[in-house]
Amino acid sequence: MAETAASPTPAKTPVDKDLAVRTSPAEVLRDAFAAGSLAGTVEISELPFLTMVGIRAAAGSDAAQRIAAVTGGLPAGSGAVAGSGDTSVLWLGPAEFLVVAPTEAHESLGGGLIQALRDALGGDSGQVVDLSANRTTFELTGPQARSVLEKGCSLDLHPRVFKPGTAYSTEIGNIPALLWKTGEESFRVFPRASFAEFLGRWLLDGMREYASPEVP
Amino acid sequence: MLLIPCPNCGPRDETEFHYGGQAHVPYPENPNELSDTEWSRYLFYRSNTKGTFAERWVHSTGCRQWFNMLRDTVSYDIQAIYPMGAPRPDRAGTTGAESGTASLAADSTTTGTAAPDISGTSISSATTAAPEGATK
Repeated sequence: MAETAASPTPAKTPVDKDLAVRTSPAEVLRDAFAAGSLAGTVEISELPFLTMVGIRAAAGSDAAQRIAAVTGGLPAGSGAVAGSGDTSVLWLGPAEFLVVAPTEAHESLGGGLIQALRDALGGDSGQVVDLSANRTTFELTGPQARSVLEKGCSLDLHPRVFKPGTAYSTEIGNIPALLWKTGEESFRVFPRASFAEFLGRWLLDGMREYASPEVP
Repeated sequence: MLLIPCPNCGPRDETEFHYGGQAHVPYPENPNELSDTEWSRYLFYRSNTKGTFAERWVHSTGCRQWFNMLRDTVSYDIQAIYPMGAPRPDRAGTTGAESGTASLAADSTTTGTAAPDISGTSISSATTAAPEGATK
């Protein structure tokens, strides 16, 4: 309560007001993330409240083609990421996809993406489900980001194999999570909300050694 | 740790998968006509094969799809991966240890044509093909 009263920037627009009353799954780790990040080595932060939409549509069907027209394409196979602009579509399964879009795309903030996807599916068999609250997003950046992830992920993360612009559904720190390589040294990790604090602390633990001088 | 080649995602750690038991156990066409014994045989009795075994797996933290696998229960050698509904691949040169109910039934997910083949689960049928070291 005291924190709310002391908030330096009072909510103004409806969007800000809406976000101000929401608590992201890894909110409790915000200070720990700031303290554990090492500029130029490995940094972690939460990107809360991204818009995520679960899509189920058989590949090649009319509904899939209409949905692809909204999102800017659907990924073809494991690891692929499609999309256009700031809307991305991650491959989860042969007929299952996850749309990731900025916070403002959510319909509670006036965005039209989810309704457009629902309209694209129409009455055909398939699913368009708002999964924005299902997962949260961690962004792990820096030259050591790969080393941190390799402590808990069995995928081959070497840049020779794992290219920017690919995403896999896998296990990180023994929990299921999505791993999306967005740049040469930047990764997005999508744990389910209930696992967010666990995985956040796991990653922070993996980052700790880089805060100390290297032992020769 | 097994490295299981998922047909959709490629090789992944065994911990990403869940085991679905013996493959090719057809659902009885008329379950109501089965005796309690036959029904329990369908529900609970599975072969305990020493050697090549057909089994179901699901890539639960990946693509969440089911598939069938031929695996050697002794050496853990994965011999074949094939889709649900496909018949068991014919493996030439496999040992005679497989005498279970892993039949050539076309599909483990659809209705079988008769009551389940329970012969492999009875003790008597294992006389000729009992693997070395099997309990008499």
